[in-house]
Amino acid sequence: MHELSIAMSIAEIVEEESRLADSIKVEKITIEIGTQSGVMIEALQFAMEEVIMHSSFKDAVVSYEIITATASCEECCHEFDIQDFFMVCPVCNSSKTFLIRGKELKIKSIVIERNN
Amino acid sequence: MCGTCGCGEENKITYRKAGANQNSIVGHTHSHFHGDLEHIHDHDHTHEHDHVHDHTHASSDQSVIIPLERNILHKNDLLAERNRGFFEGRNIKAYNLVSSPGSGKTSILERTIREKGGELNFYVIEGDQQTMNDANRIKAAGAPAVQINTGTGCHLDATMVYNAVKQLEIENGGTLFIENVGNLVCPSMFDLGESRRIVIISVTEGDDKPAKYPDMFQTSHLCIINKIDLLPYVDFSVEKVKETALRVNHHLEFIELSAKTGEGMDLWYQWLSEKN
Repeated sequence: MHELSIAMSIAEIVEEESRLADSIKVEKITIEIGTQSGVMIEALQFAMEEVIMHSSFKDAVVSYEIITATASCEECCHEFDIQDFFMVCPVCNSSKTFLIRGKELKIKSIVIERNN
Repeated sequence: MCGTCGCGEENKITYRKAGANQNSIVGHTHSHFHGDLEHIHDHDHTHEHDHVHDHTHASSDQSVIIPLERNILHKNDLLAERNRGFFEGRNIKAYNLVSSPGSGKTSILERTIREKGGELNFYVIEGDQQTMNDANRIKAAGAPAVQINTGTGCHLDATMVYNAVKQLEIENGGTLFIENVGNLVCPSMFDLGESRRIVIISVTEGDDKPAKYPDMFQTSHLCIINKIDLLPYVDFSVEKVKETALRVNHHLEFIELSAKTGEGMDLWYQWLSEKN
């Protein structure tokens, strides 16, 4: 539901950063997104297509780097990948676990073209 | 701004203090970035330009990778931390109340203000898409309230809270309740600068809410189970809710209460006074 406003924030940041870097063209935008970031990746991809069409970088390619969420167990320190927030340790069966990776939602880099 | 849910349609957001002239919309500000610095301006500000711009001329067109590592919600997070600093500096406890629509957030606040208003200095920010109804209810209960109408927006963000706080004139040591838009999805991503996040569920909802909307339970500190006077009439297992929510967030605390009959409210007041 909120993915379109996230996509618009991405466009705003790219506009700003590319201007600061004296860009004449944005070629690529790399987004890092954790599987527990609260953003539905397919919805964000759809929203990004729409937002880019109305931006000054219509030809930019958007690449998504997905980070699989990982939790750690407070009891036995085992680290394991998770699919949802029901994070039960596969080794000791404890649910006293915490997320160590997977909430990421950031623009990793942009590739721009500069004037001569 | 957002064609799906309307998030961030700032020009449609209104801030109105309960009891004030309801036709007047208070002046608004704009936030923006200079380099890494974000700040907010009123309309009547001046610009200084006391720096030079160095630049180089490359010999031909070139592709350059610009590493950004920039959090997409960075703007909201920065302003949330600014709100948090303001609250901490003035010893204000700020609670972000989140739930589905109809869980009884406003009723809990009304009763709290009526019964504890003499001991604690309460202030309320109400978030709804439309109407002054909730702010008027809070004002009638005896606390200053600002109503944020988000238009079609589905959550409050740190900028909205920043603007609303400026109207509330909260005294040192006050307690601020921020009643978020009734929605168990979007508000979980937006830090408002609160001290604690409180998720409210009522027994007339399904007891599988923590399983369906885990993000909200994962990011909350306290879970209030409201309307427990209706437990004999509904198929709702308090134990199941607790067990599921604890699997998502084992630090979550629980309070069972009824804002209607008053049962369990003493536990809530105890929690508030301990956190104060």
